[in-house]
Amino acid sequence: MSQDMLALLIKSLGETVYMVTVSMVIATVIGVPLGVLLVTTAKNQILECIVFNRVLAAVVNTVRSIPFIILMVAIIPLTRIIVGSSIGTAAAMVPLTIAAIPFIGRQVETSLKEVEYGVIEAALAMGASPFQIIWHVLLPEAVAGIISQLTTVVIALVGSSAMAGAIGGGGLGDLAIRYGYQRFRPEVMLATVIVLVVLVQIVQFAGNFAAKKLNKK
Amino acid sequence: MIKLSHIEKTYDSAAGPVMALKGIDLEIKRGEIYGIIGLSGAGKSTLIRCINMLERPTAGKVIVAGEELTALSNKELRRARKNIGMIFQHFNLLSSATVYDNIAFPLRLAGVDAAGIKAKVEPLLELVGLEDKAHQYPAQLSGGQKQRVGIARALASDPKVLLCDEATSALDPQTTKAILELIKDINHKLQLTVVVITHEMQVIKEICDKVAVIEHGVIAEQGTVLEVFTNPQQPITKEFISVVISNELPSAFRQAEISPTPLPGSQLLVRLTFIGDSADDPVIAGLIRNFQIEVSILFGNLDHIKLTPYGRMIIGITGEQAEIDKALAYLSSKELKTEVIGYVTRHARIAD
Repeated sequence: MSQDMLALLIKSLGETVYMVTVSMVIATVIGVPLGVLLVTTAKNQILECIVFNRVLAAVVNTVRSIPFIILMVAIIPLTRIIVGSSIGTAAAMVPLTIAAIPFIGRQVETSLKEVEYGVIEAALAMGASPFQIIWHVLLPEAVAGIISQLTTVVIALVGSSAMAGAIGGGGLGDLAIRYGYQRFRPEVMLATVIVLVVLVQIVQFAGNFAAKKLNKK
Repeated sequence: MIKLSHIEKTYDSAAGPVMALKGIDLEIKRGEIYGIIGLSGAGKSTLIRCINMLERPTAGKVIVAGEELTALSNKELRRARKNIGMIFQHFNLLSSATVYDNIAFPLRLAGVDAAGIKAKVEPLLELVGLEDKAHQYPAQLSGGQKQRVGIARALASDPKVLLCDEATSALDPQTTKAILELIKDINHKLQLTVVVITHEMQVIKEICDKVAVIEHGVIAEQGTVLEVFTNPQQPITKEFISVVISNELPSAFRQAEISPTPLPGSQLLVRLTFIGDSADDPVIAGLIRNFQIEVSILFGNLDHIKLTPYGRMIIGITGEQAEIDKALAYLSSKELKTEVIGYVTRHARIAD
Protein backbone atom coordinates (compact mmCIF):
# COMPACT_ATOMS: atom_id res chain seq x y z
CA MET A 1 0.00 0.00 0.00
CA SER A 2 1.29 3.39 -0.92
CA GLN A 3 2.12 6.21 1.46
CA ASP A 4 -0.85 8.14 0.10
CA MET A 5 -3.17 5.29 0.79
CA LEU A 6 -1.86 4.95 4.34
CA ALA A 7 -2.38 8.66 4.93
CA LEU A 8 -5.91 8.31 3.59
CA LEU A 9 -6.56 5.36 5.88
CA ILE A 10 -5.40 7.34 8.91
CA LYS A 11 -7.47 10.33 7.90
CA SER A 12 -10.54 8.12 7.48
CA LEU A 13 -9.95 6.49 10.84
CA GLY A 14 -9.75 9.96 12.34
CA GLU A 15 -13.06 10.88 10.72
CA THR A 16 -14.76 7.76 12.01
CA VAL A 17 -13.46 8.27 15.53
CA TYR A 18 -14.47 11.93 15.39
CA MET A 19 -17.98 11.23 14.11
CA VAL A 20 -18.61 8.42 16.58
CA THR A 21 -17.13 10.26 19.55
CA VAL A 22 -19.03 13.50 19.08
CA SER A 23 -22.30 11.70 18.29
CA MET A 24 -21.81 9.41 21.23
CA VAL A 25 -21.10 12.20 23.69
CA ILE A 26 -24.13 14.24 22.63
CA ALA A 27 -26.36 11.17 22.45
CA THR A 28 -25.26 10.02 25.91
CA VAL A 29 -25.97 13.41 27.43
CA ILE A 30 -29.53 13.19 26.08
CA GLY A 31 -29.98 9.40 26.04
CA VAL A 32 -29.11 8.67 29.67
CA PRO A 33 -31.72 11.10 31.04
CA LEU A 34 -34.13 9.65 28.48
CA GLY A 35 -33.49 6.15 29.87
CA VAL A 36 -33.95 7.49 33.41
CA LEU A 37 -37.29 9.03 32.42
CA LEU A 38 -38.41 5.84 30.70
CA VAL A 39 -37.86 3.95 33.97
CA THR A 40 -38.91 6.47 36.59
CA THR A 41 -42.16 7.62 34.96
CA ALA A 42 -43.44 4.05 34.55
CA LYS A 43 -46.18 2.65 36.76
CA ASN A 44 -45.32 2.42 40.48
CA GLN A 45 -42.03 4.23 39.99
CA ILE A 46 -40.76 7.33 41.75
CA LEU A 47 -41.94 9.81 39.11
CA GLU A 48 -44.94 7.85 37.90
CA CYS A 49 -46.60 9.60 34.97
CA ILE A 50 -48.08 6.95 32.78
CA VAL A 51 -49.27 9.14 29.89
CA PHE A 52 -45.88 10.81 29.55
CA ASN A 53 -44.19 7.42 29.74
CA ARG A 54 -46.35 6.00 26.94
CA VAL A 55 -45.73 8.99 24.66
CA LEU A 56 -42.00 8.85 25.29
CA ALA A 57 -41.88 5.13 24.61
CA ALA A 58 -43.81 5.61 21.35
CA VAL A 59 -41.40 8.31 20.16
CA VAL A 60 -38.42 6.12 21.04
CA ASN A 61 -39.89 3.17 19.20
CA THR A 62 -40.65 5.26 16.14
CA VAL A 63 -37.12 6.59 15.78
CA ARG A 64 -35.64 3.17 16.49
CA SER A 65 -37.72 1.52 13.79
CA ILE A 66 -36.34 3.75 11.00
CA PRO A 67 -33.36 2.13 9.21
CA PHE A 68 -30.30 4.35 9.56
CA ILE A 69 -29.76 4.92 5.85
CA ILE A 70 -33.34 6.17 5.52
CA LEU A 71 -33.13 8.30 8.67
CA MET A 72 -30.00 9.91 7.30
CA VAL A 73 -31.75 11.00 4.12
CA ALA A 74 -35.08 11.78 5.74
CA ILE A 75 -33.68 14.32 8.18
CA ILE A 76 -31.54 16.19 5.66
CA PRO A 77 -33.59 19.41 6.15
CA LEU A 78 -33.02 19.21 9.89
CA THR A 79 -29.33 18.52 9.39
CA ARG A 80 -29.10 21.58 7.19
CA ILE A 81 -30.65 23.71 9.94
CA ILE A 82 -28.32 22.36 12.61
CA VAL A 83 -24.91 22.27 10.86
CA GLY A 84 -25.65 24.48 7.89
CA SER A 85 -24.93 21.77 5.33
CA SER A 86 -26.30 18.37 4.38
CA ILE A 87 -22.99 16.85 3.35
CA GLY A 88 -19.74 16.18 5.15
CA THR A 89 -18.61 14.70 8.42
CA ALA A 90 -20.46 17.22 10.57
CA ALA A 91 -23.66 16.55 8.63
CA ALA A 92 -23.26 12.82 9.23
CA MET A 93 -23.10 13.37 12.97
CA VAL A 94 -26.66 14.67 13.16
CA PRO A 95 -28.38 11.46 12.04
CA LEU A 96 -25.84 9.38 13.99
CA THR A 97 -26.70 11.28 17.15
CA ILE A 98 -30.44 11.12 16.51
CA ALA A 99 -30.28 7.38 15.92
CA ALA A 100 -28.15 6.82 19.00
CA ILE A 101 -30.34 8.75 21.47
CA PRO A 102 -33.31 6.34 21.61
CA PHE A 103 -30.92 3.39 21.36
CA ILE A 104 -29.06 4.60 24.45
CA GLY A 105 -32.37 5.42 26.12
CA ARG A 106 -33.58 1.85 25.79
CA GLN A 107 -30.23 0.37 26.80
CA VAL A 108 -30.03 2.55 29.90
CA GLU A 109 -33.62 1.67 30.71
CA THR A 110 -32.71 -2.02 30.69
CA SER A 111 -29.81 -1.45 33.08
CA LEU A 112 -31.82 0.74 35.43
CA LYS A 113 -34.63 -1.81 35.59
CA GLU A 114 -32.18 -4.27 37.08
CA VAL A 115 -31.74 -2.10 40.16
CA GLU A 116 -33.78 -3.81 42.85
CA TYR A 117 -36.81 -1.87 43.96
CA GLY A 118 -35.89 -2.64 47.57
CA VAL A 119 -32.87 -0.33 47.35
CA ILE A 120 -35.07 2.47 46.04
CA GLU A 121 -37.57 1.77 48.80
CA ALA A 122 -34.79 1.98 51.39
CA ALA A 123 -33.79 5.39 50.02
CA LEU A 124 -37.41 6.56 50.08
CA ALA A 125 -37.64 5.42 53.69
CA MET A 126 -34.64 7.63 54.48
CA GLY A 127 -36.42 10.63 53.02
CA ALA A 128 -34.60 10.79 49.68
CA SER A 129 -36.17 12.95 46.96
CA PRO A 130 -36.77 11.49 43.48
CA PHE A 131 -33.77 13.38 42.13
CA GLN A 132 -31.56 12.09 44.95
CA ILE A 133 -32.71 8.57 44.22
CA ILE A 134 -31.81 8.92 40.54
CA TRP A 135 -28.45 10.48 41.28
CA HIS A 136 -27.38 8.53 44.37
CA VAL A 137 -29.11 5.20 43.87
CA LEU A 138 -30.25 4.38 40.35
CA LEU A 139 -27.27 5.62 38.35
CA PRO A 140 -24.47 4.41 40.69
CA GLU A 141 -26.15 1.01 41.10
CA ALA A 142 -26.58 0.60 37.35
CA VAL A 143 -23.33 2.22 36.20
CA ALA A 144 -21.52 -1.02 35.33
CA GLY A 145 -24.47 -2.18 33.23
CA ILE A 146 -24.80 1.23 31.59
CA ILE A 147 -21.11 1.18 30.59
CA SER A 148 -21.57 -2.26 29.00
CA GLN A 149 -24.63 -1.07 27.16
CA LEU A 150 -22.92 2.12 25.97
CA THR A 151 -20.10 -0.01 24.61
CA THR A 152 -22.62 -1.85 22.49
CA VAL A 153 -23.98 1.47 21.24
CA VAL A 154 -20.50 2.73 20.32
CA ILE A 155 -19.87 -0.39 18.26
CA ALA A 156 -23.24 -0.05 16.56
CA LEU A 157 -22.40 3.59 15.79
CA VAL A 158 -19.09 2.59 14.22
CA GLY A 159 -21.16 0.34 11.96
CA SER A 160 -23.71 3.04 11.17
CA SER A 161 -20.99 5.58 10.50
CA ALA A 162 -19.86 3.46 7.57
CA MET A 163 -23.04 4.58 5.82
CA ALA A 164 -22.12 8.21 6.35
CA GLY A 165 -20.20 8.02 3.08
CA ALA A 166 -23.57 8.17 1.37
CA ILE A 167 -23.81 11.84 2.34
CA GLY A 168 -20.13 12.52 1.96
CA GLY A 169 -19.39 12.03 5.61
CA GLY A 170 -16.10 10.28 5.06
CA GLY A 171 -14.71 7.74 7.49
CA LEU A 172 -13.53 4.16 7.13
CA GLY A 173 -16.74 2.83 5.58
CA ASP A 174 -16.62 5.49 2.91
CA LEU A 175 -12.98 4.67 2.18
CA ALA A 176 -13.70 0.97 1.82
CA ILE A 177 -16.58 1.59 -0.58
CA ARG A 178 -14.96 4.21 -2.75
CA TYR A 179 -11.44 2.84 -3.00
CA GLY A 180 -11.80 -0.80 -2.10
CA TYR A 181 -15.04 -1.57 -3.90
CA GLN A 182 -15.58 0.98 -6.63
CA ARG A 183 -11.89 1.17 -7.68
CA PHE A 184 -11.27 -2.56 -7.32
CA ARG A 185 -8.56 -2.34 -4.68
CA PRO A 186 -9.08 -5.33 -2.41
CA GLU A 187 -6.01 -4.47 -0.32
CA VAL A 188 -7.65 -1.18 0.69
CA MET A 189 -10.86 -3.01 1.54
CA LEU A 190 -8.93 -5.50 3.64
CA ALA A 191 -6.91 -2.79 5.40
CA THR A 192 -10.10 -0.89 6.31
CA VAL A 193 -11.77 -4.00 7.62
CA ILE A 194 -8.73 -4.81 9.75
CA VAL A 195 -8.67 -1.28 11.16
CA LEU A 196 -12.39 -1.54 11.94
CA VAL A 197 -11.93 -4.91 13.62
CA VAL A 198 -9.10 -3.54 15.77
CA LEU A 199 -11.13 -0.42 16.60
CA VAL A 200 -14.13 -2.47 17.71
CA GLN A 201 -11.89 -4.78 19.76
CA ILE A 202 -10.34 -1.84 21.56
CA VAL A 203 -13.75 -0.30 22.31
CA GLN A 204 -15.12 -3.61 23.56
CA PHE A 205 -12.06 -4.29 25.69
CA ALA A 206 -12.13 -0.83 27.23
CA GLY A 207 -15.88 -1.14 27.87
CA ASN A 208 -15.54 -4.55 29.51
CA PHE A 209 -12.64 -3.36 31.62
CA ALA A 210 -14.50 -0.29 32.87
CA ALA A 211 -17.68 -2.26 33.55
CA LYS A 212 -15.76 -4.86 35.51
CA LYS A 213 -13.99 -2.22 37.58
CA LEU A 214 -17.27 -0.56 38.41
CA ASN A 215 -19.21 -3.72 39.16
CA LYS A 216 -19.14 -4.37 42.92
CA LYS A 217 -21.79 -7.08 42.95
CA MET B 1 -44.74 7.48 69.87
CA ILE B 2 -46.71 5.81 67.12
CA LYS B 3 -50.45 5.96 66.80
CA LEU B 4 -52.39 4.37 64.00
CA SER B 5 -56.07 5.07 63.95
CA HIS B 6 -58.38 3.16 61.74
CA ILE B 7 -55.92 2.51 58.96
CA GLU B 8 -57.38 1.13 55.77
CA LYS B 9 -55.52 0.26 52.61
CA THR B 10 -57.13 -0.84 49.39
CA TYR B 11 -55.23 -1.92 46.28
CA ASP B 12 -56.62 -1.99 42.80
CA SER B 13 -55.95 -5.29 41.15
CA ALA B 14 -57.09 -6.83 37.90
CA ALA B 15 -59.72 -8.74 39.86
CA GLY B 16 -61.08 -5.55 41.47
CA PRO B 17 -60.13 -3.72 44.65
CA VAL B 18 -58.40 -5.74 47.34
CA MET B 19 -58.60 -4.55 50.90
CA ALA B 20 -55.25 -5.29 52.52
CA LEU B 21 -55.90 -3.47 55.79
CA LYS B 22 -59.40 -3.19 57.17
CA GLY B 23 -59.25 -0.67 59.97
CA ILE B 24 -56.17 -1.08 62.15
CA ASP B 25 -55.88 0.72 65.47
CA LEU B 26 -52.55 0.52 67.20
CA GLU B 27 -50.69 2.51 69.80
CA ILE B 28 -47.00 2.03 70.44
CA LYS B 29 -45.34 3.76 73.36
CA ARG B 30 -41.88 5.29 73.45
CA GLY B 31 -39.13 2.74 74.05
CA GLU B 32 -41.32 -0.28 73.42
CA ILE B 33 -40.45 -3.14 71.14
CA TYR B 34 -43.71 -3.90 69.45
CA GLY B 35 -44.13 -7.07 67.42
CA ILE B 36 -46.61 -7.53 64.63
CA ILE B 37 -47.00 -11.14 63.59
CA GLY B 38 -49.03 -12.63 60.80
CA LEU B 39 -48.92 -15.14 57.98
CA SER B 40 -47.78 -13.94 54.57
CA GLY B 41 -50.57 -11.98 52.96
CA ALA B 42 -52.05 -10.99 56.31
CA GLY B 43 -51.20 -7.35 55.66
CA LYS B 44 -48.30 -6.91 58.06
CA SER B 45 -45.86 -5.66 55.41
CA THR B 46 -48.41 -3.14 54.20
CA LEU B 47 -49.02 -2.09 57.78
CA ILE B 48 -45.36 -1.37 58.56
CA ARG B 49 -45.08 0.57 55.29
CA CYS B 50 -48.02 2.71 56.38
CA ILE B 51 -46.04 3.78 59.46
CA ASN B 52 -43.45 5.59 57.31
CA MET B 53 -45.93 6.16 54.49
CA LEU B 54 -44.09 4.10 51.90
CA GLU B 55 -47.68 3.00 51.42
CA ARG B 56 -50.18 5.78 51.78
CA PRO B 57 -53.22 4.49 53.70
CA THR B 58 -56.52 4.81 51.85
CA ALA B 59 -58.13 5.97 55.08
CA GLY B 60 -57.08 6.61 58.66
CA LYS B 61 -54.43 8.58 60.49
CA VAL B 62 -50.77 7.85 61.10
CA ILE B 63 -49.13 9.81 63.89
CA VAL B 64 -45.42 9.33 64.58
CA ALA B 65 -43.55 11.38 67.20
CA GLY B 66 -46.48 13.75 67.49
CA GLU B 67 -46.66 14.45 63.78
CA GLU B 68 -49.58 13.42 61.64
CA LEU B 69 -47.82 11.91 58.63
CA THR B 70 -51.04 11.39 56.71
CA ALA B 71 -51.51 15.18 56.63
CA LEU B 72 -48.04 16.07 55.34
CA SER B 73 -46.99 17.10 51.85
CA ASN B 74 -44.42 14.98 50.05
CA LYS B 75 -41.66 17.38 50.99
CA GLU B 76 -42.60 17.51 54.67
CA LEU B 77 -42.95 13.74 54.62
CA ARG B 78 -39.37 13.33 53.40
CA ARG B 79 -38.17 15.37 56.36
CA ALA B 80 -40.39 13.43 58.79
CA ARG B 81 -39.04 10.12 57.47
CA LYS B 82 -35.61 10.98 58.85
CA ASN B 83 -37.16 10.24 62.26
CA ILE B 84 -38.01 6.72 61.19
CA GLY B 85 -35.26 4.22 60.42
CA MET B 86 -36.09 1.03 58.57
CA ILE B 87 -34.37 -2.30 58.02
CA PHE B 88 -35.42 -4.92 55.52
CA GLN B 89 -35.51 -8.66 54.98
CA HIS B 90 -33.17 -8.42 52.00
CA PHE B 91 -31.07 -5.63 53.54
CA ASN B 92 -31.45 -3.35 50.48
CA LEU B 93 -27.91 -1.99 50.67
CA LEU B 94 -26.27 -0.08 47.85
CA SER B 95 -24.15 -2.72 46.15
CA SER B 96 -21.98 -0.04 44.56
CA ALA B 97 -21.03 1.56 47.88
CA THR B 98 -18.76 0.39 50.69
CA VAL B 99 -20.02 -0.39 54.18
CA TYR B 100 -18.86 3.07 55.25
CA ASP B 101 -20.64 4.78 52.37
CA ASN B 102 -23.79 2.78 52.92
CA ILE B 103 -23.96 3.95 56.52
CA ALA B 104 -23.10 7.49 55.41
CA PHE B 105 -25.82 7.45 52.77
CA PRO B 106 -28.70 8.97 54.79
CA LEU B 107 -26.29 11.64 56.06
CA ARG B 108 -25.21 12.52 52.50
CA LEU B 109 -28.87 12.80 51.54
CA ALA B 110 -29.29 15.23 54.41
CA GLY B 111 -26.30 17.26 53.24
CA VAL B 112 -23.99 16.52 56.20
CA ASP B 113 -20.31 17.35 55.46
CA ALA B 114 -17.49 14.80 55.40
CA ALA B 115 -16.32 15.55 58.95
CA GLY B 116 -19.85 15.26 60.27
CA ILE B 117 -20.30 11.98 58.44
CA LYS B 118 -17.07 10.57 59.86
CA ALA B 119 -18.06 11.56 63.39
CA LYS B 120 -21.35 9.74 62.95
CA VAL B 121 -20.36 6.66 60.96
CA GLU B 122 -17.39 5.55 63.04
CA PRO B 123 -19.29 5.08 66.32
CA LEU B 124 -22.04 3.29 64.37
CA LEU B 125 -19.51 0.90 62.84
CA GLU B 126 -18.36 0.17 66.35
CA LEU B 127 -21.90 -0.23 67.67
CA VAL B 128 -22.68 -2.92 65.11
CA GLY B 129 -19.19 -4.46 65.32
CA LEU B 130 -18.04 -3.85 61.76
CA GLU B 131 -15.05 -1.52 62.28
CA ASP B 132 -12.82 -3.82 60.24
CA LYS B 133 -15.27 -4.05 57.32
CA ALA B 134 -15.67 -0.32 56.67
CA HIS B 135 -14.13 -0.42 53.20
CA GLN B 136 -15.63 -3.65 51.96
CA TYR B 137 -18.57 -3.90 49.60
CA PRO B 138 -21.84 -5.60 50.58
CA ALA B 139 -21.14 -8.52 48.20
CA GLN B 140 -18.18 -9.44 50.42
CA LEU B 141 -20.30 -9.66 53.58
CA SER B 142 -22.39 -12.43 55.13
CA GLY B 143 -26.13 -11.99 55.61
CA GLY B 144 -25.75 -11.11 59.27
CA GLN B 145 -23.08 -8.53 58.50
CA LYS B 146 -25.26 -7.00 55.79
CA GLN B 147 -28.09 -6.62 58.28
CA ARG B 148 -25.69 -4.97 60.72
CA VAL B 149 -24.87 -2.45 58.01
CA GLY B 150 -28.62 -2.02 57.47
CA ILE B 151 -29.09 -1.33 61.17
CA ALA B 152 -26.21 1.15 61.32
CA ARG B 153 -27.57 2.90 58.24
CA ALA B 154 -31.04 3.09 59.77
CA LEU B 155 -29.59 4.64 62.93
CA ALA B 156 -27.40 7.21 61.16
CA SER B 157 -30.07 9.90 61.07
CA ASP B 158 -30.81 9.51 64.82
CA PRO B 159 -34.33 8.21 64.32
CA LYS B 160 -36.89 7.95 67.10
CA VAL B 161 -38.42 4.84 65.61
CA LEU B 162 -36.88 1.76 64.02
CA LEU B 163 -39.05 -0.33 61.71
CA CYS B 164 -37.89 -3.91 61.14
CA ASP B 165 -39.51 -5.58 58.17
CA GLU B 166 -38.84 -9.33 58.51
CA ALA B 167 -35.31 -8.29 59.39
CA THR B 168 -34.19 -11.77 60.40
CA SER B 169 -36.24 -13.90 58.03
CA ALA B 170 -33.38 -14.37 55.58
CA LEU B 171 -30.88 -15.29 58.30
CA ASP B 172 -29.92 -18.58 59.94
CA PRO B 173 -30.95 -19.19 63.57
CA GLN B 174 -27.59 -18.21 65.15
CA THR B 175 -27.35 -15.02 63.14
CA THR B 176 -31.00 -14.27 63.89
CA LYS B 177 -30.24 -14.50 67.58
CA ALA B 178 -27.26 -12.16 67.28
CA ILE B 179 -29.22 -9.59 65.26
CA LEU B 180 -32.12 -9.72 67.72
CA GLU B 181 -29.65 -9.18 70.57
CA LEU B 182 -28.31 -6.16 68.74
CA ILE B 183 -31.80 -4.73 68.22
CA LYS B 184 -32.62 -5.32 71.88
CA ASP B 185 -29.36 -3.65 72.86
CA ILE B 186 -30.02 -0.61 70.67
CA ASN B 187 -33.57 -0.31 72.00
CA HIS B 188 -32.16 -0.25 75.48
CA LYS B 189 -29.21 2.08 74.85
CA LEU B 190 -30.95 4.62 72.66
CA GLN B 191 -34.46 4.34 74.10
CA LEU B 192 -35.56 3.72 70.55
CA THR B 193 -39.10 2.63 69.76
CA VAL B 194 -38.93 -0.52 67.65
CA VAL B 195 -41.61 -2.08 65.48
CA VAL B 196 -40.91 -5.64 64.39
CA ILE B 197 -42.80 -7.39 61.61
CA THR B 198 -42.33 -11.12 61.51
CA HIS B 199 -43.94 -14.45 60.82
CA GLU B 200 -41.75 -16.13 63.44
CA MET B 201 -43.08 -16.32 66.99
CA GLN B 202 -39.53 -16.97 68.17
CA VAL B 203 -38.64 -13.37 67.26
CA ILE B 204 -41.60 -12.01 69.21
CA LYS B 205 -40.76 -14.17 72.21
CA GLU B 206 -37.13 -13.13 72.13
CA ILE B 207 -37.36 -9.35 72.05
CA CYS B 208 -40.88 -7.92 72.04
CA ASP B 209 -42.74 -6.28 74.90
CA LYS B 210 -46.06 -6.23 73.13
CA VAL B 211 -47.50 -8.07 70.21
CA ALA B 212 -50.36 -7.72 67.75
CA VAL B 213 -51.49 -10.71 65.76
CA ILE B 214 -52.76 -9.67 62.37
CA GLU B 215 -54.97 -11.82 60.17
CA HIS B 216 -56.89 -10.91 57.00
CA GLY B 217 -56.09 -7.22 57.43
CA VAL B 218 -57.38 -6.86 60.98
CA ILE B 219 -55.75 -7.21 64.37
CA ALA B 220 -56.98 -10.50 65.75
CA GLU B 221 -55.40 -10.09 69.15
CA GLN B 222 -53.01 -7.76 70.91
CA GLY B 223 -51.46 -7.30 74.33
CA THR B 224 -48.23 -7.83 76.20
CA VAL B 225 -46.24 -10.77 74.91
CA LEU B 226 -46.61 -12.47 78.27
CA GLU B 227 -50.40 -12.18 78.23
CA VAL B 228 -50.71 -13.35 74.68
CA PHE B 229 -48.32 -16.25 75.18
CA THR B 230 -49.83 -17.49 78.39
CA ASN B 231 -53.43 -16.87 77.52
CA PRO B 232 -53.96 -16.82 73.76
CA GLN B 233 -57.57 -16.25 72.70
CA GLN B 234 -57.67 -16.66 68.93
CA PRO B 235 -56.96 -19.86 66.98
CA ILE B 236 -54.38 -18.05 64.84
CA THR B 237 -52.52 -16.93 67.96
CA LYS B 238 -52.57 -20.42 69.42
CA GLU B 239 -51.19 -21.74 66.18
CA PHE B 240 -48.29 -19.26 66.21
CA ILE B 241 -47.51 -20.01 69.81
CA SER B 242 -47.60 -23.76 69.33
CA VAL B 243 -44.56 -23.38 67.09
CA VAL B 244 -42.38 -22.10 69.92
CA ILE B 245 -44.19 -23.56 72.90
CA SER B 246 -45.55 -26.99 72.23
CA ASN B 247 -48.73 -27.76 74.06
CA GLU B 248 -48.74 -31.39 73.10
CA LEU B 249 -48.70 -34.14 75.67
CA PRO B 250 -45.54 -36.16 76.09
CA SER B 251 -45.38 -38.75 73.32
CA ALA B 252 -46.18 -41.64 75.68
CA PHE B 253 -49.65 -40.18 76.28
CA ARG B 254 -50.55 -38.96 72.85
CA GLN B 255 -52.30 -42.17 71.83
CA ALA B 256 -53.91 -42.72 75.22
CA GLU B 257 -57.56 -42.15 75.80
CA ILE B 258 -58.18 -39.30 78.16
CA SER B 259 -61.12 -39.71 80.46
CA PRO B 260 -62.79 -36.90 82.39
CA THR B 261 -63.52 -39.29 85.26
CA PRO B 262 -61.19 -41.57 87.21
CA LEU B 263 -60.66 -45.08 85.88
CA PRO B 264 -59.16 -47.99 87.77
CA GLY B 265 -55.40 -47.53 88.00
CA SER B 266 -55.45 -44.16 86.24
CA GLN B 267 -53.51 -41.02 87.03
CA LEU B 268 -54.67 -37.46 86.67
CA LEU B 269 -52.67 -35.35 84.24
CA VAL B 270 -52.35 -31.70 85.17
CA ARG B 271 -50.57 -28.98 83.21
CA LEU B 272 -48.99 -26.26 85.37
CA THR B 273 -47.77 -22.95 84.02
CA PHE B 274 -45.50 -20.75 86.10
CA ILE B 275 -44.93 -17.14 85.16
CA GLY B 276 -42.35 -14.80 86.61
CA ASP B 277 -41.61 -15.12 90.31
CA SER B 278 -44.04 -18.02 90.83
CA ALA B 279 -41.47 -20.15 89.02
CA ASP B 280 -39.47 -20.02 92.25
CA ASP B 281 -42.32 -21.29 94.44
CA PRO B 282 -41.73 -24.93 95.54
CA VAL B 283 -45.21 -26.08 94.52
CA ILE B 284 -44.40 -29.72 93.80
CA ALA B 285 -42.71 -30.18 97.16
CA GLY B 286 -45.82 -28.64 98.75
CA LEU B 287 -48.06 -31.11 96.97
CA ILE B 288 -46.13 -34.14 98.10
CA ARG B 289 -45.67 -32.96 101.64
CA ASN B 290 -49.24 -31.90 102.29
CA PHE B 291 -51.33 -34.55 100.57
CA GLN B 292 -51.48 -38.34 100.45
CA ILE B 293 -50.71 -38.48 96.75
CA GLU B 294 -47.92 -39.47 94.45
CA VAL B 295 -46.70 -36.97 91.92
CA SER B 296 -44.68 -37.86 88.87
CA ILE B 297 -43.23 -35.21 86.61
CA LEU B 298 -43.93 -36.17 83.02
CA PHE B 299 -42.72 -33.04 81.32
CA GLY B 300 -40.96 -29.91 82.44
CA ASN B 301 -39.54 -26.88 80.72
CA LEU B 302 -38.30 -23.48 81.81
CA ASP B 303 -38.20 -20.80 79.16
CA HIS B 304 -37.97 -17.03 79.02
CA ILE B 305 -40.32 -14.60 77.34
CA LYS B 306 -38.00 -11.68 76.83
CA LEU B 307 -36.72 -11.55 80.44
CA THR B 308 -39.61 -13.17 82.31
CA PRO B 309 -39.16 -16.81 83.37
CA TYR B 310 -41.92 -18.97 82.00
CA GLY B 311 -42.12 -22.56 83.20
CA ARG B 312 -44.38 -25.33 82.08
CA MET B 313 -44.86 -28.75 83.59
CA ILE B 314 -47.14 -31.71 83.18
CA ILE B 315 -47.52 -33.84 86.25
CA GLY B 316 -49.33 -37.10 86.88
CA ILE B 317 -51.13 -37.46 90.22
CA THR B 318 -52.24 -40.75 91.73
CA GLY B 319 -53.96 -41.31 95.06
CA GLU B 320 -57.34 -41.21 96.76
CA GLN B 321 -59.83 -39.03 94.90
CA ALA B 322 -60.46 -36.87 97.96
CA GLU B 323 -56.73 -36.17 98.31
CA ILE B 324 -56.44 -35.38 94.61
CA ASP B 325 -59.27 -32.88 94.90
CA LYS B 326 -57.56 -31.22 97.85
CA ALA B 327 -54.31 -31.11 95.92
CA LEU B 328 -56.06 -29.40 93.00
CA ALA B 329 -57.58 -26.85 95.37
CA TYR B 330 -54.10 -26.24 96.77
CA LEU B 331 -52.72 -25.71 93.25
CA SER B 332 -55.41 -23.23 92.35
CA SER B 333 -54.62 -21.25 95.48
CA LYS B 334 -51.08 -20.74 94.17
CA GLU B 335 -49.99 -18.13 91.70
CA LEU B 336 -49.84 -20.35 88.72
CA LYS B 337 -52.08 -21.59 85.99
CA THR B 338 -53.49 -25.08 86.55
CA GLU B 339 -55.14 -26.96 83.74
CA VAL B 340 -56.62 -30.41 84.37
CA ILE B 341 -56.10 -32.53 81.30
CA GLY B 342 -57.87 -35.71 82.44
CA TYR B 343 -57.33 -39.23 83.68
CA VAL B 344 -55.12 -41.61 81.82
CA THR B 345 -54.64 -45.24 82.71
CA ARG B 346 -51.19 -46.62 83.11
CA HIS B 347 -52.41 -49.47 80.98
CA ALA B 348 -52.87 -47.17 78.01
CA ARG B 349 -49.37 -45.95 78.50
CA ILE B 350 -47.94 -49.43 78.38
CA ALA B 351 -49.96 -50.26 75.28
CA ASP B 352 -48.48 -47.20 73.66
